[in-house]
Amino acid sequence: MKNRLLWPLIALAALLVLNLVVTPSFFALRMQDGHLYGGLVDVLKNGAPTLLIALGMTLVIATRGIDLSVGAVAAIAGAVTCVHIGSSGDAGTAFVGMAIALVLCAVLGLWNGFLVAGLGIQPIIATLVLMTAGRGVAMLVTEGQIITVNNDPYRQVGAGFVVLPISILIALAVLGLVAFTTRKTALGMLIESVGVNPEASRLAGVKSKTIIWTVYVFAAVCAGIAGLMISSNVSAADANNAGLWIEMDAILAVVIGGTSLAGGRYSLTGTLLGALIIQTLTTTVYTIGVAPEVTLVFKAIVVIAVCLVQAPKARAALSFRKVAVS
Amino acid sequence: MTESLSPVVEMRGISLAFPGVKALQDVDFRLFPGEVHALMGENGAGKSTLIKTLTGVHRPDSGQVVLAGTDVAFSSPGQAQEAGISTVYQEVNLCANLTVAENILLGREPRKLGGIDFPAMRKRAAEVLSRIGVHIDPASSLGEHPIAVQQLVAIARAITIDCRVLVLDEPTSSLDAGEVAELFRIMRVLRDEGVAILFVSHFLDQVYEISDRMTVLRNGTLVGEHLSADVDRRALIAQMIGRDLGALEAIEEAAEKHQADGPVLVQAEGLGRRGAIEPFDLDIRAGEVVGLAGLLGSGRTELARLLFGADKADSGRLLVDGKPLHLRGPRSAIAAGIAFSSEDRKGEGLVADLSIRDNLVLAMQAARGWTRPLSRRVKDELVEKYVAALDIRPANPDALVRTLSGGNQQKVLLARWLVTEPRLLILDEPTRGIDIGAKAQIQHLVTTLAAEGTAILFISAELEEVVRIADRIVVLRDRHKIAELDGSASLDEVVELIAGGAAPEKVAS
Amino acid sequence: MTALAQRVPSRFLPVLATVILFVLAFGVGSVRYDGFASGQVIANLFIDNAFLIVLAAGMTFVILSGGIDLSVGSVVALSTMVTAAGLRAGWPVPLVIIAVLLIGSTLGLLMGLVIHKFDIQPFIVTLAGMFLARGLCFLISVESVSIKDTTFRDVATAVIELPGGVTITYNVIIALLVVLAALYVLHRTRFGRTVYAVGGNEQSALLMGLKTSRAKVGVYVISGFCSSLAGLLFSLYMLSGYGLHAVGMELDAIAAVVIGGTLLAGGVGYVLGGLVGVLVLGTIQTLISFQGTLSSWWTKIVIGVLLLVFIAVQRTMMRGRFRSLA
Repeated sequence: MKNRLLWPLIALAALLVLNLVVTPSFFALRMQDGHLYGGLVDVLKNGAPTLLIALGMTLVIATRGIDLSVGAVAAIAGAVTCVHIGSSGDAGTAFVGMAIALVLCAVLGLWNGFLVAGLGIQPIIATLVLMTAGRGVAMLVTEGQIITVNNDPYRQVGAGFVVLPISILIALAVLGLVAFTTRKTALGMLIESVGVNPEASRLAGVKSKTIIWTVYVFAAVCAGIAGLMISSNVSAADANNAGLWIEMDAILAVVIGGTSLAGGRYSLTGTLLGALIIQTLTTTVYTIGVAPEVTLVFKAIVVIAVCLVQAPKARAALSFRKVAVS
Repeated sequence: MTESLSPVVEMRGISLAFPGVKALQDVDFRLFPGEVHALMGENGAGKSTLIKTLTGVHRPDSGQVVLAGTDVAFSSPGQAQEAGISTVYQEVNLCANLTVAENILLGREPRKLGGIDFPAMRKRAAEVLSRIGVHIDPASSLGEHPIAVQQLVAIARAITIDCRVLVLDEPTSSLDAGEVAELFRIMRVLRDEGVAILFVSHFLDQVYEISDRMTVLRNGTLVGEHLSADVDRRALIAQMIGRDLGALEAIEEAAEKHQADGPVLVQAEGLGRRGAIEPFDLDIRAGEVVGLAGLLGSGRTELARLLFGADKADSGRLLVDGKPLHLRGPRSAIAAGIAFSSEDRKGEGLVADLSIRDNLVLAMQAARGWTRPLSRRVKDELVEKYVAALDIRPANPDALVRTLSGGNQQKVLLARWLVTEPRLLILDEPTRGIDIGAKAQIQHLVTTLAAEGTAILFISAELEEVVRIADRIVVLRDRHKIAELDGSASLDEVVELIAGGAAPEKVAS
Repeated sequence: MTALAQRVPSRFLPVLATVILFVLAFGVGSVRYDGFASGQVIANLFIDNAFLIVLAAGMTFVILSGGIDLSVGSVVALSTMVTAAGLRAGWPVPLVIIAVLLIGSTLGLLMGLVIHKFDIQPFIVTLAGMFLARGLCFLISVESVSIKDTTFRDVATAVIELPGGVTITYNVIIALLVVLAALYVLHRTRFGRTVYAVGGNEQSALLMGLKTSRAKVGVYVISGFCSSLAGLLFSLYMLSGYGLHAVGMELDAIAAVVIGGTLLAGGVGYVLGGLVGVLVLGTIQTLISFQGTLSSWWTKIVIGVLLLVFIAVQRTMMRGRFRSLA
C-alpha cells in the first residue's frame, strides 16, 4: 500500500522542487484581508474540481466501473444553477438553484447506476451515453448561450475565502467525508469486494447493485459540486466548455494514484496525490513559460511514466497467478 | 507392449520454480507412441506445470525436453504445435465467436490468393470432424454448441496437424457419462493410429479404464512410473498422497450415520425453474445430511441455487419452519439462515484480492449492511477462531486469498458461512480439486456440524462420498428428482437409479 | 442443429437493425423535405463524413480485438497540423503524405507496444496518446495554419461526376477503398481472424497458437494509420491545420462503430456496420440542418439516445447467444 504511493509522492515532490527553482517565491504564503494567498494555495484551488471528481471516480473505478459523463454532468449543474439564478442577486435563489442542480445530478447518477447495475451495460458505454447527450442537455438548458450571473453568494462557492479559498475547503471536506465513510463503515470493503468479484459478492449477500448505484450517484454529485465551483468561479455557465475533458483528468488522477482501472483495491490518498500532480504540472507549465496548450504533452509523459513504473508490479502479480493455476 | 519402441517424448531432469514455489524438481517423464499415459497427482503436485513445460507455455529452469530424438526448447504453444504436440485443456480454449471450422483450422488454414480459402477450410474441417465421428456444421458458430461438443472440436483441432502427441488436461471434468464414453472411443481410435496421448483426470475409474501407463507426481517430484495393470488403487493413492492410508480410513470412520428426527427446517413444494430443474418436493430436517446424487448436468447445482435464491424459481414455493419464504435473492435466504458454498470457488465464491479476514467476515458484514461495521475486535476473534478450527494455512489473516492453495481457499469459503451460523448449509462440491487431507477435514466437519443440529445439503460428483456421509440421498437425473433413498442405500443402488435405463444422450447431434 | 437460414440473420441482426434505421431516417427526411431524397444528398453524406468512415474502419479493428483507441481525434488534428506546416515549409505533397502516415502509424505502434508489453489498459494508454498528439499540435503551432499549396487545393476541390449529375470528391473514393481493404483484411486473412479470436477469448487464442501479440499491437498500428489517413482527408476537407480540429471525434467514431453493431467487449462486429453507423450519424445531422429550427445540440442528444437504444438492443439480442466458455 505504502509502496504504491511512493512514486506518485516522488513525482509530486520533484514537480514542487522544479517550481521552487523556477519561482523561488512559490512556497511563500501571505495573508491579505484575512485571505491566504500563495503558489501552493493556487494549486489547491485550481485542483479542487479535479480532486472532487476524482474522488467520485475512485469509488466508481474500484467497482470495476468508469464514469465518462462527469464533465457533462458538471456542465449541467452549472447551467441549471445559472439559469435558475438569472438576474437575481439574493442568496436564497442561489441556494435553491444549487440544490436543484445537485438533486438533478443525483438523478443523473441514478440513471448511470440504472444502466450499469440495472441493465448490466458496460460502464464505459453506459456513461458514454450521458457524456454525449449530457452536453446537448446542458446546451438545451442554456439555449446555447453562455449564461452570466451576478450573484455574490453564488460567487463564494468557487471564488470566496474563509482564510483559505472555499473551494479548497469543500474539496477537503468531501475527501474527509469519503475517507471517514469508507474506513469507519464497511462500505470500503464492500466496494472492493464488488470490484474484485461481483458474482461472489452477490452470493455472499452483498447488495452489489445498491453499492454500484451508490458510487455512481456519489460520482455524479461530486461532479455537480465541481460544476458549481467551475461555474461560480467565473460567474457564468458555459455548456460547451465547462468541465471539458475533466473526466480524463480525473481518471488520470485515479490511475496515477495507483488504483487499477480493473477495479478492486483503491487508494484515496493516491487519488489526492494524483490530482495534485496533475494540477501542479499545469501550474509548472505556466510558470516556466511554455504555451499552456503544451501541458498536454507533459500530462501524456507523466501518465506513461507512472504507468510504466507501476507495470513491473503488474508483471510480478501475473507470474504469481501462474503458480496459483498450476 | 510399447517397451520395444523408443519414446516420442522424453523429459529429463526438469526443474522449474515460480516466485516462492518450486513447482517441479528434477522430474523425468517419457511418453511412448500409441499409448494412453495418465499423469497422476494431487492438486499442486505439478501436473499442469509439467504439461505446460512440455507444450511451451513455461520454459524449464533446467533439464531438457527431447522430442523424437532431438532436443527442443519451445517458447510458445504455437511452436510446440508445429512440432506435433497438441493440447486440449480442461476449460475449452477456443473462441466461441468464431465458426467451428475456424476454431479447428485457424493458424494453418488453407489459402487461396493470399487470403483464407473458406470453402476448402469448411471441407477440411468436416473431414477432420468425421474422422472422430462428430457431425456438425463447420460453418456454425462454436458458441451455439454445448460444452461437450466444443471439447470434441478442440480435439479435432488438436489432430488436424500431424499430431504425434496429444495432451488432454482434465478433459472429462465437465462431461456426462455418455460423453466420456464418446471421448474414450475417440482416444482409442487415435491411440491405435499411433498417437501418444497424455491424459490427466481426477477420476480413478476413468484412469484405469483408458490408460496403459501412468506417471505419479507429488509436490513437484517424480514418485513413480508404472504400467496401469501393475498398480492397484490403494497403492496408487498411497503414492499420490505420500502417507499411509490413515487419512482415508478416518473419513470412513467419521461417517457415522444417524436417522435425523429433528423438525423439518426447509421444505420445497413444487419448486422449479424452466431449463434448470423440473419442479421438485424436498424436506430437509435439522441435523440431517442430505446428499444430492446425479451426473453433471442432472440439475444438482441448479436445485441448490433455487434453495438459496441465487436463481429465481418460476414455480412452487419454499417454506422455512413451515412458513412460506419469498426468496428475492441470496440476501433473503441468508436472512432465513441458509448458506450456499458454490462449486466455483474462484468465480462465485471467494474474493481473491481481499484478505482471509475480509473474506471470512464478508457474508456476515453483508447481512449487517455497510452502515453497521463489525468492530476490529469481533473480526479478529472470529478469524482466530475459524482459522484454528479449520486449520487454514497460512494462519495470517492478512494473506490475500488468491495466494492460498485450493484446499485452504475452500476452507476460507466454508468459514465465511460458518461465521453466519447457518441453519441450512448447502455445500456444492466442497471437496473438488483439493488434496485428500483437506478433503478428510471437510468431510469430518460436515458430520460434526450435523451432529450439532445444522442441516446440510451435500453435493458431490463423487458418488462414493455422497453415499458415505449422507443420511438421506436425493437422486437426480436429467433435471428431474427421481428418487429419495435413506442412508443405508448402497452405491450400486444409487448408480442404478442414475443410469436409470435411459440411453445416455448422444454427444453430437 | 440450427438451420443455416435461421442462423445467418441472427449474426447480422445488429447490422441489419442499423441499416433499417438508416433507411427509416432517410425515408422520414425524404417524405418531409423537398430535395432530401436526391443522389447528391446521399453523396454529400459520404463527402462530409469520408474521414469519419476511415476512422470508424480503424476503430472497428481495435474494438473487435477488445481494446479501445481514444487517440484518433487527436491524431487527426496532428495530421492536419503536420500537413499544413509541412506544405507551408515547402515540402512536396508526396513527402507530406508519407510523413503524416508514418507519424500516425508509429504513434499507433508505440501505443500498441506499451499496451501489449507492459499490460497496461488500452483506455489509459490511448488517453495518454490523445494528450500527446494534441500537445504536439500546439508545439508546432498554437494558431490555425491554412493550406495554400495549389496541388493540394486542386485535389481537395476536384470532383468526380457520377451518372445522374451527382458529384463526389476523391475523399469518398479513398474512404471506400479503406473500407474494402479493411473488409478483406478482417475476413480473408489470418491476421483478421486472429483479431476476432483475440476479442473473443485472448487466452484461448494464445493457446490455439495464434500470433496474438501481432494482432494486439497490429490493430493499434492500423487504427493509427487510419487516423492519419483520416487526418489527410480532413485537411483536404478543411484546408487548414489546427490543434483544435476534430475535438471529440473519437467519440463520434466509437459511437458509429457501436451503433453499427460492434460489441465493445470485442469479438463481434463488422466493418460495414461502422460505415452504416457513420451514415446514420450523418443523416441525423442532415435532417437537423434541413429542419432548420432545431439547434445543433439536438444532434448530440439524438446520438446519445441512439447509442442507448442500440446498446439495449444488443444486450437483449446477445443475451444467451454465446454460451460462456470460460
